Amino acid sequence: MELLVALGIGVLGGSGAWLLFRPRTFQVIIGLSLLAYAVNLFIFGMGRLRSNAAPILAPGGTGSLAQHADPLPQALVLTAIVIGFATTALFLVVLLAARGLTGTDHVDGRERRR
Amino acid sequence: MRDWLAHLAIAPILLPLLAGATMVLIEGRRPVKVVIGLASTTAMLAIAVALAFLADAAPGAAPAIVYRLGDWPAAFGIVLVVDRLAAMLLALAAALGLAALVFSLAHWHRVGAHFHPILQFQLMGLNGAFLTGDLFNLFVFFEVMLAASYGLVLHGSGTARVRAGLHYIAINLAASLLFLLGASLIYGAAGTLNMADLAARVPGLAPDARTLLETGAAILGTAFLIKAGMWPVGFWLPTTYAAATAPAAALLSMLSKVGIYALLRLWLLLFGAQAGASAGFGGDWLLVGGLLTIAFGTISVLATQDLPRLAGACVLVSSGTLLAAIGSGQVAVTAGALFYIASAVPAIGAFFLLIDILERGREVGADVLAVTAEAFGEGDEEEATEGEAVGLAIPGTLALLGAAFLACALLLAGLPPLSGFLAKFAMLGPLLGRSGIAGGPVPLLSWLVLAALVLSGLATVIAMTRTGINLFWGSFEDHLPRMRLTEIAPVVGLLLLCVGLTVLAGPALRYAEAAAGAAHAPQDYVRAVLHEVPRRAAPGRAAPGRDGARAGPGPGGAAPGMPDGVPDGARSAGRLPEGGA
Repeated sequence: MELLVALGIGVLGGSGAWLLFRPRTFQVIIGLSLLAYAVNLFIFGMGRLRSNAAPILAPGGTGSLAQHADPLPQALVLTAIVIGFATTALFLVVLLAARGLTGTDHVDGRERRR
Repeated sequence: MRDWLAHLAIAPILLPLLAGATMVLIEGRRPVKVVIGLASTTAMLAIAVALAFLADAAPGAAPAIVYRLGDWPAAFGIVLVVDRLAAMLLALAAALGLAALVFSLAHWHRVGAHFHPILQFQLMGLNGAFLTGDLFNLFVFFEVMLAASYGLVLHGSGTARVRAGLHYIAINLAASLLFLLGASLIYGAAGTLNMADLAARVPGLAPDARTLLETGAAILGTAFLIKAGMWPVGFWLPTTYAAATAPAAALLSMLSKVGIYALLRLWLLLFGAQAGASAGFGGDWLLVGGLLTIAFGTISVLATQDLPRLAGACVLVSSGTLLAAIGSGQVAVTAGALFYIASAVPAIGAFFLLIDILERGREVGADVLAVTAEAFGEGDEEEATEGEAVGLAIPGTLALLGAAFLACALLLAGLPPLSGFLAKFAMLGPLLGRSGIAGGPVPLLSWLVLAALVLSGLATVIAMTRTGINLFWGSFEDHLPRMRLTEIAPVVGLLLLCVGLTVLAGPALRYAEAAAGAAHAPQDYVRAVLHEVPRRAAPGRAAPGRDGARAGPGPGGAAPGMPDGVPDGARSAGRLPEGGA
């Protein structure tokens, strides 16, 4: 499972970083979204991976970190997702405004001269 | 601490939040918004000054107020901490916010929707970032601050602003991701995100966890350095600040100081002298990065030909100066750096506002400066609509503007007699003096910092003189810039603040020294934050008040001594680094 998650984070992060450096605004926003997914998975991984652990408490048992998943990274991921969602939506609006004002979807607002 | 006084700690966050939310609800009635905004910002300034006095009155290096939301113990709950450093920056942010707000009343607040609520949310984010005592809330307040700053940068719209805003938002979104990466790595290594708890745990970390923590701190630091505009991650700064409207740019210049503040706070807490094997981690990077930033900023100051970008370059120089000073890791130099922040923030803010008035009076294409500025594509069609003359030319306008410009130049270049010089002196004196008194040679890096500061000052003088000659002797021949009282008043106010700092340099420096001392020796901070609040020991028995909590060790077996002041409950509940699957 560790390998799978690590590869998933790597692929998402790599694709995100590549897209982030592309010249089209749409590629940039998709790149940022992919990077955000990679980071969220990474935060989740920082709580350590564990299969079949109870989310908070196992039925009938008392709470101990040896038995259940670490809830804090999950809370962090939730916050990060909400904030990331809001800022991405804002970025999308700016992106559309830039497209409307400059007439191109290049990040610099003008096509590169060839 | 009397209870109602302790609640002042959260006022700088709640006040702008409520004011901003109310403004959003009363859509369309601008005069009401103006009144609410002025009242809220003035109250914020008053509260911040009160907090500064409270923080200064606190004994020793302990923070004056540790505000636990819901009275949860610090390791679990959200905690706000008011100490000298935070209170000082709160006051600066509020003063700058008030100046920007008053300035915008002349006409800038009318060029786009929602200026007033965004300004309030911006101040809320700034205040929260200064007050918060844990890393994740720092992230949240950073995001509040950034989201508002996107709105401020885009305020007024127009192609130039949207283009600059697009870059600014993309860079800051990426920086926020770095912030998250760094914070989660630190959590993975140390098992806590509370800053005080982290400081207590860093010395005892296992070597592999330490590596992880340092990696996380480095990534986190990169996010802050992007905010502070360090070379080579600060290229966005002059473009963005130049594109923003004047009041927005003035307030945005405070954002780069937030990056500096976060670095200073976290670096000294996590990697101060008490941090064991990690002590001083990354200090050289700050120092060298600061020097490179000064060099880059100095070149931009000389090379820049339009005024807003010149101000942006000055922001870069001041960021570099602060990074180099902090990176040198000496208490007295940090004290000088704090004094420098107090002097540079109003000076740069006043300069951004002043530029807006000056630009208005210039005949486009009247001098070489304007011609080259045109050639670089900075002349925009907005000039016709936004640059409409507002108000009447008042007698003595030119003299007043000239004096203000001169004061800005002196402050930014760090020349006597104003506080900019005192700040540089306060940084350089200890940097050279300590080794000098001890008889040893002054280290090479100290000489480099000296050279960088002096040369950047010289470059600023040259650039400002050139600009001043072109402006005041060149282009104002026949039409004076027109301005309103509400525009010049904030500029003069901010500059008077610097004059006040000059006159009262003694008390101000003493305050800065106390703040720097507390930041460099955070044991008191850690102890005050982590001190276990006694919960109900048995059902039916009321918990003693806050004062009782300070008197002795809590019933949970928490020892008040450091570094083992971490409550046992926190240790067992926080995931330990070895607990990996």
